[in-house]
Amino acid sequence: MRRRAATNSFLSLEFWSNMAELHQLTLVETLDALARGDCSAEDVARRYLERIAATDSAIGAFLELDPEQVLADARAADAKRRRGEGGRLLGAPIAMKDVLNVKGASCTCGSKILRGYRAPYDATAVARLRAEGAVIMGRLNMDEFAMGSSNENSAYHPVRNPYDLSKVPGGSSGGSAASVAADQIAASLGTDTGGSIRQPASFCGCVGVKPSYGRVSRYGLTAFASSLDQIGPLTKDVADAALLTEILSGFDPADSTSVPAPAPELRANRDQGLAGMTLGLPREYFQGGMDPEVEQRVREAVEVCRSLGAEIMEISLPHTEYAIATYYIIATAEASANLARFDGVRYGARQPGADPIAMYEATRSAGFGNEVKRRIILGTYVLSSGYYDAYYLRAQKVRALIRRDFDQAFQHCQAILTPATPSAAFGFGEKTGDPLQMYLSDIYTVTTNLAGICGMSLPCGFTAGNLPVGLQILGPAFREEHIFRVAYAYEQATRWRAKRPPLAVAEAGRAAS
Amino acid sequence: MIASIGLEVHVQLKTRTKMFCGCPNQFGVEPNRLVCPVCLGYPGALPVMNAEAIRLTVMTGMLLGCRINLTNKFDRKNYFYPDQAKNYQISQYDQPLCLGGQLEITLKDRVKTVRITRIHLEEDVAKNTHFADGSGIDFNRAGTPLMEIVTEPDMDNEDEAFAFLTALKQVLAYGGISDCNLEQGNIRCDINVSVRPTRESPLGSKVEIKNMNTFRGAHRALAHEIHRQIREVQRGTVIPQETRRWDDDAGVTSSMRSKEYAHDYRYFPEPDLLPVSLTQEQVDGWRAMLPEMPAARRERMVREYGIPEYDAGVLAADRAVADFFEQAARQCGKGKAVSNWMMTEMLRLLAEVDGDIGNARITPTALAELVNLVDAKTINQPAAKEVFALLFASGGDPKAIVQEKGLAQVSDSSALQGLVDQVVAENARSVEDYRKGKEAALQFLIGQVMKLSRGKANPQVARELLVATIGAP
Amino acid sequence: MENVPSAAASAEKIDVAYVAHLARIALNPGEQALFQEQLEHILDHVRKLNELNVDGIEPMAHAIPVKNRFRDDVPTPGLDHDDVMANAPESRHEQFFVPRILE
Repeated sequence: MRRRAATNSFLSLEFWSNMAELHQLTLVETLDALARGDCSAEDVARRYLERIAATDSAIGAFLELDPEQVLADARAADAKRRRGEGGRLLGAPIAMKDVLNVKGASCTCGSKILRGYRAPYDATAVARLRAEGAVIMGRLNMDEFAMGSSNENSAYHPVRNPYDLSKVPGGSSGGSAASVAADQIAASLGTDTGGSIRQPASFCGCVGVKPSYGRVSRYGLTAFASSLDQIGPLTKDVADAALLTEILSGFDPADSTSVPAPAPELRANRDQGLAGMTLGLPREYFQGGMDPEVEQRVREAVEVCRSLGAEIMEISLPHTEYAIATYYIIATAEASANLARFDGVRYGARQPGADPIAMYEATRSAGFGNEVKRRIILGTYVLSSGYYDAYYLRAQKVRALIRRDFDQAFQHCQAILTPATPSAAFGFGEKTGDPLQMYLSDIYTVTTNLAGICGMSLPCGFTAGNLPVGLQILGPAFREEHIFRVAYAYEQATRWRAKRPPLAVAEAGRAAS
Repeated sequence: MIASIGLEVHVQLKTRTKMFCGCPNQFGVEPNRLVCPVCLGYPGALPVMNAEAIRLTVMTGMLLGCRINLTNKFDRKNYFYPDQAKNYQISQYDQPLCLGGQLEITLKDRVKTVRITRIHLEEDVAKNTHFADGSGIDFNRAGTPLMEIVTEPDMDNEDEAFAFLTALKQVLAYGGISDCNLEQGNIRCDINVSVRPTRESPLGSKVEIKNMNTFRGAHRALAHEIHRQIREVQRGTVIPQETRRWDDDAGVTSSMRSKEYAHDYRYFPEPDLLPVSLTQEQVDGWRAMLPEMPAARRERMVREYGIPEYDAGVLAADRAVADFFEQAARQCGKGKAVSNWMMTEMLRLLAEVDGDIGNARITPTALAELVNLVDAKTINQPAAKEVFALLFASGGDPKAIVQEKGLAQVSDSSALQGLVDQVVAENARSVEDYRKGKEAALQFLIGQVMKLSRGKANPQVARELLVATIGAP
Repeated sequence: MENVPSAAASAEKIDVAYVAHLARIALNPGEQALFQEQLEHILDHVRKLNELNVDGIEPMAHAIPVKNRFRDDVPTPGLDHDDVMANAPESRHEQFFVPRILE
């Protein structure tokens, strides 16, 4: 292996055992190692490729990976560094949820209907990472068209939770969360329409950020629900999440709904502590339905924040109980139109039919899985003649009430603490029989998307069964610095990251020997 | 029986790019060359509104006296069809850009006002081509800005509908809103027509005739359809509300296989586009840019250039022709003479090449100079016509052409006296006739001088020399 | 929009076959029965919204209070024709090809 001169005796045993742990570094640590010349981007890429090869038969996080392309991109990053060219992510490997277009790669969205499609362009989020020198590495498994909370709706194969292979990783960004938790990648991008970043981050013990609506361009993100979707990072720690959120943020003329606000300064306040900050606990989020262990971990986290100087106050978000109904009307209505383009005419898989209508029906019936069909039918129904006012229009009005709840709450506090999910990761097949029960488990996350505010999940401990529990921090729209301030302070006080999934430890030992 | 006709006119706007993406808005390019992720409905692509399309639609609204909806928005209209990239069309449902308005149409014996209901903006669909074993789809046109003008059912017969379309086309061309090229499908319309016993009866069942591409076709289709409906009613048949297709070759309308559930469009606000909120100042600024309309221009041209009402009407009907005329007239200060050239040679030659004045090689400056040359008697009328034809075909400078072709008029008596003497010597009989008082004989003799001079002699000078040589009768 | 008042929706059952056809999804009898049951169950929950008085509330179509996002009328490069046709499931005569469209 060629590499720049290492500062400390790079032929020593110590160096080589450190090399084996490259995959355990956070994104920021990796960038530091690259900057110091301790390793090359190619070293990092090779290590992650080995790691994926060794673990992904168990995890199932990747749908597509082109090692040659990854190594070529990594070598290009090394060449750039030798030429003295920069980039805030130069040489860092980052994987993409399969819903984001990456030029020249497939983009199946976890669905059979997009088989054969090759993206002719980069999503803006992908382009921003590339512009900073990131090595785009592989396409991550997901619930079909981001519809699901367990990744069981992938048309390809399930993703397993690295902490317990009999449990789901959450969804829809299940591959994004599991790959980061299993140290298969330094960081990943996911998308969040009703909790699809925060819920899997919570289940897999990583940090997941849902930026404010309009913060990150949606151009190139295959839409599920246009007025709710946001792209965000899933990372090993808060500093990584801050770096990626800063880079992803900013106005994009190609997305009419992106907001021309300057990217937030998230790393500046990492040592600010919580003194003088007021954090709200929404009464409605603690009214039963939550696993007692989850509640205990979250209440402990609240106490940690209090001990760090935060003032804790109870707040009310009175329309919370209407959030699931509102969300499933608006999200499915938008999805019914967004997914109409998958018709077998311009790209993707087609099934034969005698006329266009028969062709459409054959193509869509064979191409979509049951959850997608169910939601398209529900969304079509709530928009159809005679029902629009009763469902869709009413839901838009309740959405305004939910937004108002948050506006009022944020007059009294700078951020809100809640559990990310009612329970830790559940077993395969546990909820697939009852879609409504699956939907109801999104209760703590959907309100964020309906209101357009920002949110994050970060690890706050484990259940007795060694499954991660996630703390959700919510902040006002375009106030990401609030939630990062809390997250930094909490993370530094707790260091849950020291605990690794058993799988991560096992392979690391094997590779080092 | 009385017919009631309403029109939904689709107009392709004259923008450089499509409605929601930067692909060129251009006709006649090889299939699927003007496409991008947005207009192909690729996964992840998002629309962004073309500001110019909004401006052109508002300008149209002002030209037609509409109320401009300062706050408006776009919606998704959902239906599956292969010519749709997303299987929904981005359109405006309950908050269009323009509401109300009217257009005056000139009929044989009177002027009538047709009310406009609304004008909204949407995206055009792709073009289908049918083959024996399937249909091909070309997305070059997909996503180009399409303005829909909806009228009230105010037209009573096919002639009124034709007059409306003609008047609308003139306004749109004048306003620079659309190229109005019917061959390229720039203006297409759907016709709603019903019949009822008297003007007091409620409107009959509405029959929609889809996709009319020519005004002549709309006229023929309406004549046929009104006749058909009246015949059906008189036979006691109840006319169903339906969509019909016009077969131009057979000259008949026929029922289209009704598309199941075709009317459940499930409109909802387009979440990928933000609402439009125009300011009054913005709209007022656009209003100041409105061009003068044909009727007002005709009156002004009569006043300003002293040309006949009829000529002014013909010239004002086409904005480019009127612009040409006014430029030439201003440059030479001789409106009447310019008008004469426009009304005769220009329109004749334009008709011959079936072209618009924009493609003619002659410039307003050249015509102005030509008029000056005639006025200064540098060339005579026949020579001027020859110069005009050359200018029209190949352009150039009139003075240079006159020089090069040796067309300058000869007014010098000493240069012409020899020719006059020759003509008098060779045409004794005509000279005799003239002396006997036959004025026509003198005309013949002048013609002979012109002939010998190969058209260059100043006819007035020739006349004077002949009379002096022969002596008065 | 010409729709019936909200009360009407509370009693009605979803016509899954009709709606699925609107969405161009063909269902076999088993799927239709399953979806009928599941969707009615979901709609029962969704009708919870009828409890709320929403009179005078402005519907929220967007999560951000921004307006007027326009583009200048300036051409930008599109996609390469060959790349576009390479993604097509079927193409002929440089066009996307589908079963014959009936009007």
